[in-house]
Amino acid sequence: MPLTSADYAAIWLTLKLASLTTVILLIIGTPIALWLSRTRSWLRGPVGAVVALPLVLPPTVIGFYLLLALGPNGWIGQITQALGLGTLTFSFTGLVIGSVIYSMPFVVQPLQNAFAAIGSRPLEVAATLRAGPWDTFFSVILPLARPGFVTAAILGFAHTVGEFGVVLMIGGNIPEKTRVVSVQIYDHVEALEYAQAHWLAAAMLVFSFLVLLALYSSRRTRAGWS
Amino acid sequence: MRLTRFAPLLLIPFLTIGAVQAAEVQVAVAANFTAPIQAIATDFEKDTGHKLVAAYGATGQFYTQIKNGAPFEVFLAADDTTPAKLESEGDTVKGSRFTYAVGTLALWSAKDGYVDNQGQVLKHNDFQHLSIANPKAAPYGLAATQVLDKLGLTTQVKSKLVEGQNITQAYQFVSTGNAELGFVALSQVYKDGKVTGGSAWIVPADLHDPIKQDAVILTKGRDNPAAVALVDYLKGPKAAAIIQAYGYQR
Repeated sequence: MPLTSADYAAIWLTLKLASLTTVILLIIGTPIALWLSRTRSWLRGPVGAVVALPLVLPPTVIGFYLLLALGPNGWIGQITQALGLGTLTFSFTGLVIGSVIYSMPFVVQPLQNAFAAIGSRPLEVAATLRAGPWDTFFSVILPLARPGFVTAAILGFAHTVGEFGVVLMIGGNIPEKTRVVSVQIYDHVEALEYAQAHWLAAAMLVFSFLVLLALYSSRRTRAGWS
Repeated sequence: MRLTRFAPLLLIPFLTIGAVQAAEVQVAVAANFTAPIQAIATDFEKDTGHKLVAAYGATGQFYTQIKNGAPFEVFLAADDTTPAKLESEGDTVKGSRFTYAVGTLALWSAKDGYVDNQGQVLKHNDFQHLSIANPKAAPYGLAATQVLDKLGLTTQVKSKLVEGQNITQAYQFVSTGNAELGFVALSQVYKDGKVTGGSAWIVPADLHDPIKQDAVILTKGRDNPAAVALVDYLKGPKAAAIIQAYGYQR
C-alpha cells in the first residue's frame, strides 16, 4: 500500500483515540442513560437536551469553545494549570476530552433507548427476588440491554474516527499526538497530494462502510431472533 | 402603505454609478489579506460602483475549488506558484498575473513585552508552544520553517511546534493564549505603521524566501468589467497605500 509512515501514524493515533473515547463514554454514558431512561425529574429535559447538543452544533462551535476553555485563560485551563497539568490544547488528552463531548449523544442515546425498552417489569421482578441495585444492573439490565451497548460502542467509535472540526481547532496538527486521519487527509488535499489523499480517503470509506454494515446486519439478525 | 413615496430612493444606486455599468466580482482572497481587502473593497466600491464579494481561505484549498468549478473571477493568492500553476493549466486570463503584495513575516505574542525586537525569545526556548501555519500548504508557514532553519533552531523547537491549517488559525492559537508565540503575517497584527497589540519581532526579509503574493484574473472573470477594474485598482496608488499600511511591501 502506498501509505507513508506518517499516514500509518495517523491511523494508529485515530484508532487509539476512538478506542479510548468509546471506553470512557460507555463508563460515563451508562449512568447518564440509565438515569435519563428512569427519572421523572424535571431535569430530564434539560439534561437530555445538553447530551444531544453535539448532534446539532457544528464542530467549529465545540472546537472554538474548547479552545477558549482549555486555554491558559479559560476555566478548564485555569484548573489544569492549578493542578500542575499545564494546558490541554495541542495534546492527546485534550483530543480525548473533545471527542468525549463530541461523540456523547451517539453513545448515550442508544443506551437510553435500550434501557427504556426493558421497561420496569424485569426490575420489579428482580426487586421481589431481593436483588440489590448492582446485582440488578449486572444480572438483568446489562444482558437485556446488550444490543444497545453494541450499537452505542460501534457508533461512538465510528463517530470519533470521523471527527474533524474539533481536532482541527484544538489539535495543532502534531504528528503522533494530534494528527488524526481526517486531518492528515485534509493536509494531503491542501498540499495538492491527491494520490495520497485518495488512498487514505478510500481506506476511510471502506472502513466506515464495513462498520455500518456490521451494525445494520447485526440489527437485522437480532430482529429475526426476537 | 405609502411605499410609493420612497420609490425615488430606489433610483439612487443607479444615479451614483452614472455611466459605468455596475457589476459584481467574486474574489478568492488569501486569509492573510483579509483585513487589507476589506479596506480596499470599501474604496473600490465607492470609486467604481462595482461590488466586491470576497471569500477567505487557504491558497491550496482555493486551487482545488477553482479546478473544480468554483465561481471565482479573481484570485488573490498567498504565493506566486499557485497562480502560475493555474496560468500554465489554462485557467486564467493570459497576461493578467501580477504581484500585488510581498508579505512580511512576524513573530508575535499576545503578551506585551514577551517577544523582543531581535527575536531572542526563540533562542531562550522558554515557551511551551510555537505556532506556525502548515508549511506544506501556507507560504507563511514555509517561510517560518526557513527562518528557524536559518537561525539553526529547527531541532530545538521541533517538539514545540503547533500547526494551524492556515495563517488565520496560526494567529488564533496565539491570540487565545494557547501558544505563547507564533509566526504570523505582519498584516494580521499591524496597522498604520505599528503593531496593534501584544509584542512582535518583524522578521528580516533575508531570513526567508520572499513571500510574493500574486493575483490573477480567472477564466470565469474574462468578460466581467468589475474583474478588470479590481485588478487595475489593486495596481493603483490608493490600494498601494492601504497595502503598505498593513505592513506589506510592494
